[in-house]
Amino acid sequence: MPLSSRIAADAAAAFLAAYQALPGVADEMRDANGAVRPVWQSFIHHVSSQSPDQLRHQIASADHYLRDAGVYYRQYGEGVSAEREWPLSHIPVLIDEADWERICAGLIQRANLLEAVVSDLYGQNNLAREGHLPASLIAASPEWLRPLVGVKPRGGHFLNFVAFEIGRGPDGEWWVLGDRTQAPSGVGFALQNRVATARAFADFYAGANVHRLAGFFRHFRDALNNMRHVETNRVSILTPGPMNETYFEHAYIARYLGFGLLEGEDLMVENGQLMVRTVAGPIPIDVLWRRLDASFTDPLELDARSKLGTPGLVGAVRQGNVTLVNALGSGILEIRALLAFLPRLCKHLLGEPLALPNIATWWCGHPAEAEHVRRNASRMMIGEALSTRLPFELDDHAMVGETPGASFDADLDARLRHAGANLVGQEVVTLSTTPALVDGVLLPRPMSLRAFLARTPDGWRVMPGGFARIGRSPDPTAIAMRRGGSAADVWIVSPRPVAQETMLAAPTGPFSRATPGTLPSRAADNLFWLGRYVERTEGHLRLLRALHLRLSENPTGTAPTVTLLRKALEERGLASQDLASQDLDTEEVVPEGLLLTIGSAINSAGKVRDRFSVDGWMALNDLAKTARRFAGHLTAGDDSARAMGVLLRKVSGFTGLVHENMYRFVGWRFMSIGRALERAQFMLDTISRMTSTTAPEGALDLAVEIADSAMTHRRRYTIATTRETVVDLLGLDSLNPRSVLYSANELHEHVGFLPGANIFGEMSPLARAVLKLQSSVAVQTPTTLDDATLATLREQASALSELLNSTYFR
Amino acid sequence: MLYDVTLRMAYRFGEHAAGGRQILRVTPPTVQDRQRVIACTLDFQPRPMERGDGRDFFGNVTVEAAYVNAWREIAFVVHARVSRMVETTGLDLSPRLDSLASAIERCRALGPRSPQHFTGRSIRIQADPAIAAFARDQITPDMTVVEAVSAVNVALFGELRFDADATDVNTPASVAFAHRHGVCQDFTHIMITALRAIGVPAGYVSGLLRTRPPEGSPRLEGADAMHAWVMAWCGEDLGWVEFDPTNGIIVANDHILVAIGRDYADVSPVTGVFKTTGAQSIEQAVDVIAL
Repeated sequence: MPLSSRIAADAAAAFLAAYQALPGVADEMRDANGAVRPVWQSFIHHVSSQSPDQLRHQIASADHYLRDAGVYYRQYGEGVSAEREWPLSHIPVLIDEADWERICAGLIQRANLLEAVVSDLYGQNNLAREGHLPASLIAASPEWLRPLVGVKPRGGHFLNFVAFEIGRGPDGEWWVLGDRTQAPSGVGFALQNRVATARAFADFYAGANVHRLAGFFRHFRDALNNMRHVETNRVSILTPGPMNETYFEHAYIARYLGFGLLEGEDLMVENGQLMVRTVAGPIPIDVLWRRLDASFTDPLELDARSKLGTPGLVGAVRQGNVTLVNALGSGILEIRALLAFLPRLCKHLLGEPLALPNIATWWCGHPAEAEHVRRNASRMMIGEALSTRLPFELDDHAMVGETPGASFDADLDARLRHAGANLVGQEVVTLSTTPALVDGVLLPRPMSLRAFLARTPDGWRVMPGGFARIGRSPDPTAIAMRRGGSAADVWIVSPRPVAQETMLAAPTGPFSRATPGTLPSRAADNLFWLGRYVERTEGHLRLLRALHLRLSENPTGTAPTVTLLRKALEERGLASQDLASQDLDTEEVVPEGLLLTIGSAINSAGKVRDRFSVDGWMALNDLAKTARRFAGHLTAGDDSARAMGVLLRKVSGFTGLVHENMYRFVGWRFMSIGRALERAQFMLDTISRMTSTTAPEGALDLAVEIADSAMTHRRRYTIATTRETVVDLLGLDSLNPRSVLYSANELHEHVGFLPGANIFGEMSPLARAVLKLQSSVAVQTPTTLDDATLATLREQASALSELLNSTYFR
Repeated sequence: MLYDVTLRMAYRFGEHAAGGRQILRVTPPTVQDRQRVIACTLDFQPRPMERGDGRDFFGNVTVEAAYVNAWREIAFVVHARVSRMVETTGLDLSPRLDSLASAIERCRALGPRSPQHFTGRSIRIQADPAIAAFARDQITPDMTVVEAVSAVNVALFGELRFDADATDVNTPASVAFAHRHGVCQDFTHIMITALRAIGVPAGYVSGLLRTRPPEGSPRLEGADAMHAWVMAWCGEDLGWVEFDPTNGIIVANDHILVAIGRDYADVSPVTGVFKTTGAQSIEQAVDVIAL
């Protein structure tokens, strides 16, 4: 052995010294004899040849990527939910190509089997009638959707995208732990895991013959696009929305595949045709990849309590006007008890045994099985027959190895006798272990793997890779993320160089510019309000800063301008109860109302996260975080004035990012309209309040200060502020970006770009109203812009919001 | 027996008028050996933008209607002439209660009238220990299914007080039973819960009662609006038998069936929300005249 490889071998041996496979458990890296499996050898050599610092650095670069890309998941617990950073376990799981091909063959057979089962359950129902499946089990399942019985999916198939959770047992063989046919998640996260992991091990990955993932996505994207009956209809992902655990993935995968991202509210049914509500009116859509559980999709025919659905969707499906991936009702295949029957169903339906066994399962609806489960309870998980949980997911209603969960009715004997049909017993899972880096040391951790299959015109394709869950501790039930588990990339390693895949097809014709898609009304609504709330935040901050500047000069807080400012703040919902008492020691510097407005901006932004950059999202969150940090830590006066300055600069950071970087599509127009309208209203309000004849001394300077126009005022007028100069500069100067006229001009320009603003020379009511506002402002002089005119203008401006709403957001 | 049936439902919305998409289950179907519909119309005021007629899983007649514009009032009227065949209620052909489970298991088909749909939980029916205990107190193991169901029916009629204002459409059976009061919907949900607890498949029937009783008979409760009662599966030979716990009787001549299902959620006369933020009121008028 040459010296260099001996050194490498020594390094690897030292690196692996602490890595002891657990007794009675298979390991991904070490074979049954403790030797490193061939597929892992070069990777282990590579990793062990890095210094601890290098390794730390590499891992940091993966984490850095995940943070920059904004990868998160939402975790629920104790009644609250929070976004969590993506927990990547940096060491990928390596699987030999030949082993993987055997797994693939088993999974494809299983996908075909499930398709045959589900088409029977919604078709002839021979399986139940002939006794291959208990009729009571089907009838009792909430996922057997009666309104879909007898409805054939338009494309002929129920299943187009499925996932299987698989694990390796103690004997080294792979087992299927659960089927995911409803709306499987994880494929987008798998892609992110890949990008991050490939970055961590960039030098090695490039030459490591790891199968690329892009080809799988390209085929699936093309398959979905081919399902459309009308080529101009856009395939879209149907998401439950931002409060869903995996919303990040929905937005990400939609962007990656070039699909739209819609919520139930975006859709409507018109004469049996599914339509997207857009700012240009309803447009048809006929292929949806749903990430929403079927029962929520239509409150009219499915779960009436759903607030996420589209009334009439089932009707559109029934009339064959839309393809849902997967078909509504496919979730019935996920129930645990089905695993007890699939081995026999495979022989019955496909005439062959299951190529990849599933975890041994007994349905207790028959006395013999119930008795078997009772006698072997110590090695079983006993739980609800209709549950769709995976075996390693914690379940209060289950009993594992005779340890009952919190909600498990412990009288097992009685339940098995009287209500056995509600129970299954499943062999307790033992998962294989795979290496994870824990504080710089490789340790074995339990692993399960989710594999993804997509139906293409050439049959099922398996994604060459997967989503691996890695346990936090050696305990295989601590694998779920909510229990501290993490995720890892899966590398399918070929002995030969692999094809470099990309998502992009080679150009086939002359250049043609793609037209941007049509904006859903809900997205336009949220963008409009995002613009408004951000601008409103800015107005709040300017008033608060002015207040604290004055308090720093006159800490008693009795100056008339202070009273004026407090009144303005109060009307904007920013009064704290302490403002009235004017007790400066306890004055709330960061009023609740300010935090609420920022929160509303984030809420609106969160609903259109697929439409602007990660940087913009982060800038907004940074603003909120800073404001919350300030709350309770500031004293009134100078300190707070400076803090408001900091927040103002953070607002500008966000608006700068948006306005420098955002594509000028119609969504940007709505956001800009929101901003301009809010600003116009703020300035109209400021002018009326501060230039009125009853306003106290110093109010004119205050107005100029709030409008950030002090410098311009000095340069333009070289005299002290008068009512005329202030009204002119803040109201009527079209070159001052803070003036009312400037905002009115902006509104006019943006509205002109909205759909239907001008049809064959006829203006929409909104365009007319905006033109009216703009000209009403433009024809004023400082003398004519009196209190009465200001009041009229304010009314005109506030009427625009409702007009926008009725024109575009319904 | 021949009936002329009129059902009118009117929704009034306050300041904020409403539109939306609804599914109605308000027109009686022809059911073999039970009732025959001679003529039936359903009219809307105003006319909806879309209207589609169909059948649901349980064979109920559905009418889907969509309003695009907002209206202050939406009403519909059903006119039907229905001939009710009197079922023979002579022989008790039902098996003993303790052999019903195997009879259910023999029913493997999953058609709309299969007892398999009507056991265990459904959206509005959850197991309730108090109702189950009450049901068990009414029966002995040697009873036939019909005897057992009749016992529960009569016992509930005696136990529960009819109170038109005590509950609403969303009241769970357990709550209504705990207070021992309710309307026909509550009586029906409680009895379904009770029957399923003792292993008898039970479903929900919505329908109409004759409003003017024959001379000498008392007027039945529930005749001035849509009524509800129970259907119980009494074995392969007898099949489904209907019981009316609100009146403590086995259903005979006076009941016209409109829809069946596992519970109210399957048969509710109007599904779907009217999109409005304001108040709404519903008015119902029923007229069932024996010809």
